[in-house]
Amino acid sequence: MANEQDFPVIFELSKEGRKGYHLPELDVDDFNLDDEFQKQYIRQEDPDLPEVSELQIMRHYTALSTRNHGVDSGFYPLGSCTMKYNPKMNEDVARLPGLSSIHPYQPESSVQGALALMYDLQTSLSHITGMDYVTLQSAAGAQGEWTGLMMIRAFHEANGDYQRTKVIVPDSAHGTNPASATVAGFEAVTVKSNERGLVDLDDLRRVVDEQTAALMLTNPNTLGLFEKDIIEMAEIVHGAGGRLYYDGANLNAIMGYTRPVDMGFDVVHLNLHKTFTGPHGGGGPGSGPVGVTNELAPFLPKPLIAKTGDEQYFFDYDRPHSIGRIKPYYGNFGINVRAYTYIRSMGPDGLKQVSESAVLNANYMMRRLSEEFELPYDQHCKHEFVLSGKNQKKMGVRTLDMAKRLLDFGYHPPTIYFPLNVEEALMVEPTETEAKETLDEFVDAMNQISKEAKEDPETVQEAPHTTVVDRMDETTAARKPILRYYRD
Amino acid sequence: MQHRYIPMTDEDRQAMLKTIGVSSSDELFADIPEPVRFTGELNIKPAKSEFELKKEMAGLAEQNSHTQSHTSFLGAGVYEHYIPSIVDHVISRSEFYTAYTPYQPEISQGELQAIFEFQTMICEMTGMEVANSSMYDGGTALAEAVNLSAGQTKKKKVIVSKAIHPESLDVIYTYAKGFNLDIIEIDHQNGLTDLDQLKAELDDDTASVVMQYPNFFGQIEPLEDVQSLVSEQQKTMMIVSSNPLALGYLTPPGEFGADIVVGDAQVFGIPTQFGGPHCGYFATTKKLMRKVPGRLVGQTTDDEGRRGFVLTLQAREQHIRRDKATSNICSNQALNALASSVAMSALGKQGVREMAELNMKKARYAKKAFESAGFETLYDGPFFNEFIVKLNKPVQELNEALLQEGFIGGYDLGRDQEQYDHHMLVAVTEVRSKDEIDQFVSKVGELNG
Repeated sequence: MANEQDFPVIFELSKEGRKGYHLPELDVDDFNLDDEFQKQYIRQEDPDLPEVSELQIMRHYTALSTRNHGVDSGFYPLGSCTMKYNPKMNEDVARLPGLSSIHPYQPESSVQGALALMYDLQTSLSHITGMDYVTLQSAAGAQGEWTGLMMIRAFHEANGDYQRTKVIVPDSAHGTNPASATVAGFEAVTVKSNERGLVDLDDLRRVVDEQTAALMLTNPNTLGLFEKDIIEMAEIVHGAGGRLYYDGANLNAIMGYTRPVDMGFDVVHLNLHKTFTGPHGGGGPGSGPVGVTNELAPFLPKPLIAKTGDEQYFFDYDRPHSIGRIKPYYGNFGINVRAYTYIRSMGPDGLKQVSESAVLNANYMMRRLSEEFELPYDQHCKHEFVLSGKNQKKMGVRTLDMAKRLLDFGYHPPTIYFPLNVEEALMVEPTETEAKETLDEFVDAMNQISKEAKEDPETVQEAPHTTVVDRMDETTAARKPILRYYRD
Repeated sequence: MQHRYIPMTDEDRQAMLKTIGVSSSDELFADIPEPVRFTGELNIKPAKSEFELKKEMAGLAEQNSHTQSHTSFLGAGVYEHYIPSIVDHVISRSEFYTAYTPYQPEISQGELQAIFEFQTMICEMTGMEVANSSMYDGGTALAEAVNLSAGQTKKKKVIVSKAIHPESLDVIYTYAKGFNLDIIEIDHQNGLTDLDQLKAELDDDTASVVMQYPNFFGQIEPLEDVQSLVSEQQKTMMIVSSNPLALGYLTPPGEFGADIVVGDAQVFGIPTQFGGPHCGYFATTKKLMRKVPGRLVGQTTDDEGRRGFVLTLQAREQHIRRDKATSNICSNQALNALASSVAMSALGKQGVREMAELNMKKARYAKKAFESAGFETLYDGPFFNEFIVKLNKPVQELNEALLQEGFIGGYDLGRDQEQYDHHMLVAVTEVRSKDEIDQFVSKVGELNG
């Protein structure tokens, strides 16, 4: 079913008898395994994996990599994703055999270095967020959200508050917030944003009641705006007995300026693969540590990492009120190593500079872009901002078209059509690791596209023109799903 | 100080502040209400230079015993295996590891196609029709499978074999709480799930039955018999957690009619790294395709008719369906799925069987060696690459002593179930040589007293 012009899938390179491996020798007695098993348990047909040589594999995946855009390839201002530089030193450290080749069930005495690292990372994240305890177990942000909500649920239940079944989520929130609420057994309730892009306090008062378990909030929010009514919001929610959940997706904006604990939050998750430079890896792995205040600490997942008086680290399983285990072993350690290395590279001043530069870069771009593009919320932003493609839409050019046109300029486009409360949204997050020259070049490209929208809309509507494939037929992909390769 | 990760100079700063129309960056933070501002200095260690920090991290790493300093017989769900060098070279291509989720298919064909190939390889290994782009790990994949079965069958009772990984069982309990599921545990006899008990518990209210194949003790559960029991209930699903390497030799669960097969692809190309990140996989039938958690890549064509790949069936997912999504999963383990794909490509059709058989043969040699040295071993049934050795003293004590002798000993089964005090689960993979096995058996004999 492949056309000549198609890029081959690896199965199409396969030729019977070719090998890409050299396994250790069989240096023990040869056992006749088949004698031991009933025939129906012995695989009769081998899995149809490719048979390819080592160089063929390298060429295949190298070619695939050139059909992919990463932060190292070029600017990646994808809003809400914090696509900052992934330091190479972190990669080297994570590959040290003493960190990459250790087993989770080794005696604690033989992994004291790893435990010390995790303990110090926990402690550092505690100080950055102001939370009393941090667990490193959650594999990613969404799992962190669910973990935090499960702790809030356990807390309410321990108080006999079984009626607290609702979690309030702003309409601008990331989709994982309401989804995590459902998975934790709550009902998600939406609170509206006001005309300034912030949570509407009146609507919050309306939805908060004795059934409220928690309010989940990202601050700055997904519009990149600081929820400056946070004190009142915390009062409203706490006053009704609910707890405040901080979605740390946007922590990159505030390090050293404010901490979730200062704002009144009770639970926090962080995305180490955003703020703390864990590489996104094409979709993961991430790491989503969760911090809590003292009152929620008894409910933390098992085990915690603790320290004895004589500086010996150990896993503390003796936690009778814990929500239990959320993941086998101790979290995505390899990502935690990278984040720890980053924090130690930056120090307290460095992290504050990160947030300052991230916010300055975003405001600079926002001001420059607002000359050509509609700015729905005209105020200082934090680390990201949202534009609307309304002006260009009038000329028949949609935000999707502009995003595709940006590909021709070598950029990954901003996040589009999110958050949902802005028409034709373009959400831009430059991060602190980009130079002013890069921001200027991107602004020039955006202005050029806006000009094309007026003078030559087809060029934009038919973009991209330079990529290895054109726009894909996503409708057919969903209607007649082909989710694996079949040989002809 | 100008940090190497932050390019902004003072000159840049001044020019940018001027464009914004403010005199200092503090004005950009003025909307943070004064009472919630943090005015101190973050209480974290001061920045260290690249050279000094690398040295410190290397020092921390060297405090740990690892598989290059010690010979390991530890498994229990996480294994040391042959990792072809090409794996790390491929995943170190920064076009892969510094990319986000492939939402823009025109500039993400590399990642999308790599995932499509991964999905295909997982289908091939498990004998299933559909596989997703990865889950966090085998344990959470299993818990998600349980939740899916309850949602699909609208039933709350889930029967779980106690011969599955104890930490997976724990995770199932935690995840099940969100949907108020009722988890029933089935004991094991002679290392295998007690099918009489399973039969007695199975009824019309059962959403699913959860088995591990090979199970936590390394034994091969008779899936054919399990399936015939499960199929007596019309809706009940069979969920199987499988080490995919074992499926190079064993008949895949798909051929026994499994509805969902999950597990961890760590065995293919992923270092143990203290338990994570690994790579959960999730495979199922076409019937359940639209209920699958997480991302799916599908094949399609572009405007010119060229084959290409996109994320598809996204209406299941949290960013579209929000509180009605099939799962809250967003980030997964894409880079590790790539690592596993490269490893599976290198092994190919012949290599997976050869590697599985090497594990089995070396493990059998080790089991016999323990028996010849006078140890009691468990059990007698067919097994993959793990077996149990009974010791005279606590496993923990012996393992501490083994460390001094250059060995990382097996898993202490007594930590989960009292009946297994003094029982060590020994894993022998293809990387262990005859000499290493002989020395290990002799050293355990010596220390066992």
